[in-house]
Amino acid sequence: MTDTAPPPAVPAKRSLFAQLELDNRLLGMIGAFVLVAIMFNILTDGRFLTPRNIFNLTIQTVSVAIMATGMVFIIVSRHIDLSVGSVLATTSAVMAMVQTVVTPDWLGLGLNHPATAPIAILAGLAVGVAIGAFHGWMVGYLGIPAFIVTLGGLLVWRNVAWYVTRGQTIGPLDETFQLFGGINGTLGETASWIIGALAAVAAVAALLNDRRRKQAHDFPVKPLWAEATVAVIVVGAIMGFIAVLNSYEIPTRRLARMFEARGETMPEGYTAAYGLPISVLLLIAVAVVMTVIARRTRLGRYIYANGGNPDAALLAGINTRFLTVKVFAIMGFLCALSAVVASARQTFHSNDIGTLDELRVIAAAVIGGTALSGGIGTIHGAILGALIMQSLQSGMAMVGVDTPFQNIVVGAVLVLAVLIDTIYRKRLGVRT
Amino acid sequence: MTETRTTPLVELRHMKKAFGGIHAVDDVSIDLYPGEVVGVLGHNGAGKSVLMKLLSGAERRDGGQIFIDGREVDINTPRDARDLGIETIYQTLALADNLDAAANLFLGRELVTATGMLDDARMEAETRKIMARLNPNFRRYTTPVAGLSGGQRQSVAIARAVYFNARILIMDEPTAALGVQETRMVAELIVELKRQGLGIFLIDHDIHAVKQLCDRASVMKNGRLVGTVKVDEVTEDDLLGMIILGKMPEHLAA
Ligand SMILES: Nc1ncnc2c1ncn2[C@@H]1O[C@H](COP(=O)(O)OP(=O)(O)OP(=O)(O)O)[C@@H](O)[C@H]1O
Ligand SMILES: [Mg+2]
Repeated sequence: MTDTAPPPAVPAKRSLFAQLELDNRLLGMIGAFVLVAIMFNILTDGRFLTPRNIFNLTIQTVSVAIMATGMVFIIVSRHIDLSVGSVLATTSAVMAMVQTVVTPDWLGLGLNHPATAPIAILAGLAVGVAIGAFHGWMVGYLGIPAFIVTLGGLLVWRNVAWYVTRGQTIGPLDETFQLFGGINGTLGETASWIIGALAAVAAVAALLNDRRRKQAHDFPVKPLWAEATVAVIVVGAIMGFIAVLNSYEIPTRRLARMFEARGETMPEGYTAAYGLPISVLLLIAVAVVMTVIARRTRLGRYIYANGGNPDAALLAGINTRFLTVKVFAIMGFLCALSAVVASARQTFHSNDIGTLDELRVIAAAVIGGTALSGGIGTIHGAILGALIMQSLQSGMAMVGVDTPFQNIVVGAVLVLAVLIDTIYRKRLGVRT
Repeated sequence: MTETRTTPLVELRHMKKAFGGIHAVDDVSIDLYPGEVVGVLGHNGAGKSVLMKLLSGAERRDGGQIFIDGREVDINTPRDARDLGIETIYQTLALADNLDAAANLFLGRELVTATGMLDDARMEAETRKIMARLNPNFRRYTTPVAGLSGGQRQSVAIARAVYFNARILIMDEPTAALGVQETRMVAELIVELKRQGLGIFLIDHDIHAVKQLCDRASVMKNGRLVGTVKVDEVTEDDLLGMIILGKMPEHLAA
């Protein structure tokens, strides 16, 4: 082909804001989140936006947010997964038994051996993937609707979890394992700054790389100032987040105990901050990997194509059945990862772990803009959705709203979010 | 058409397909030569689309043989057909509405970078090049195809076939959803592709268009082949008679 491409249409003169080419839907969600945060901050006399509460909010969000990223792929594929809370329970139970029975007794490693946590986590992830793949096989190859398969799964895995532990609460969990829980595993100030800086560099590199690729093909790019503004906002957000987490100081009594545990005494006037929790770092890693899968890999492209038009995907030669297995296997993997965070956070495995999580996870994905009709949804949207829901819940708890009413509000918000989304899409003229 | 016909590009022999009790395609044999357009005609439900789907791998045949360049081949999936250079433009547009033109054009055959990641920029550049040839008015490269008009969507589907150098093109009512101008564009394209030596099966209900574009026409009725005629040797009324009555025109009937 020797033809040259037509010169891309020269964009008409646009407002400075439009030239930033920000994602409107994302801006809307961030706006909603900021509004919720400011409202609760006023209602709680400034207690909502303290480093301590922001720290708590993030670690409370992690478990649901991790699963919500997987739910995006499921819903984009026009399926649903009602079993995630139960799969979380089963994988949590398996990991709890591995680290309290299998490794210390059967393998003779004793308690808190360094190999314990990796063995337990690998076992949990393997079980999660197996359960997910099994669900996907029933949906893709046997043609049973996902709603039914996972409704069955909801009952089955909740009670398999019960049998794995004989209904007992299992704990305390391995010390290394507990590092994934949030407050028990944070990176401290210096490491947090380093991670933040690395993330900022990576983000800017990604922006530049994108720009260079567009230029290589003579596509229009944003003006440099716009690109720079976006970069500054992104870097500012990353560093601001780290700064907030780094200003939540570990209470003196807790610090003193930590020094005692090491057989030292705490120097007078010593302070230290928690910094970035490992669980939040895990969520960020999941978000990055899932976004790359969604946007930059064949797998992601096929998931979205199949959700947009299953016939087109099939006629394009895509193995849509196996694709279904993969999507559910990813969901199972993420359930197991969430189980690590959730059980580590409470330092033990309990029977009711993950109860009703399926509803929170689906709500997070949907509030985040995932369309139940399939084909549409973003990873960052789902995470924001989880954060908004958690903020509502925590904020209302802080204000003193009773639990039943909290749930009423969250339910109403879910419906409202979908309504706004529907109107927004209609206005854009996008057929769904 | 030359008199010295060599091996057919495609030969379908005794193709059969039934859905439950319905014989959608019943013992149909047709062929196609390079640089030839063969019209496939018949009333609604005659079995035209199903016959073509047996060739494109979208449906699996119950019986019959497929020969490409005189060699028997086994087509069981759309991928098999693609690998043999068979591209299809479907009656019901096979585009993923939520993806943009480039993503649709390269669906299943994405261009990737050295690291195996999708190379969207290159795919868009290639799409711009091919569309400049096929539909110079096309502008909307970065929006989901759901927002495109029927004609624009159709040109994406056709671009897909052209870009990947199809040798055999199946067009199932390619102009059903199009306006006058787009219909003419498709007609011109068919002439151009024919000149390049492609073989084209064209399903169309417009007898007039078939007379103009096709070299031969095969008529089906109730899943069976009525007959195949050279369009120059029949009138439009003859073709209509074949479609409606299921009988060969008298001057050609044996
Ligand atoms: N997937 C299917 N399952 C069951 N029956 C089918 C299927 N596809 C086609 N048929 C039946 O096979 C017969 C032939 O259908 P086909 O789509 O080939 O018709 P057609 O000639 O293309 O008609 P039209 O001009 O309306 O497109 C019809 O009776 C139809 O109902
Ligand atoms: Mg048809």
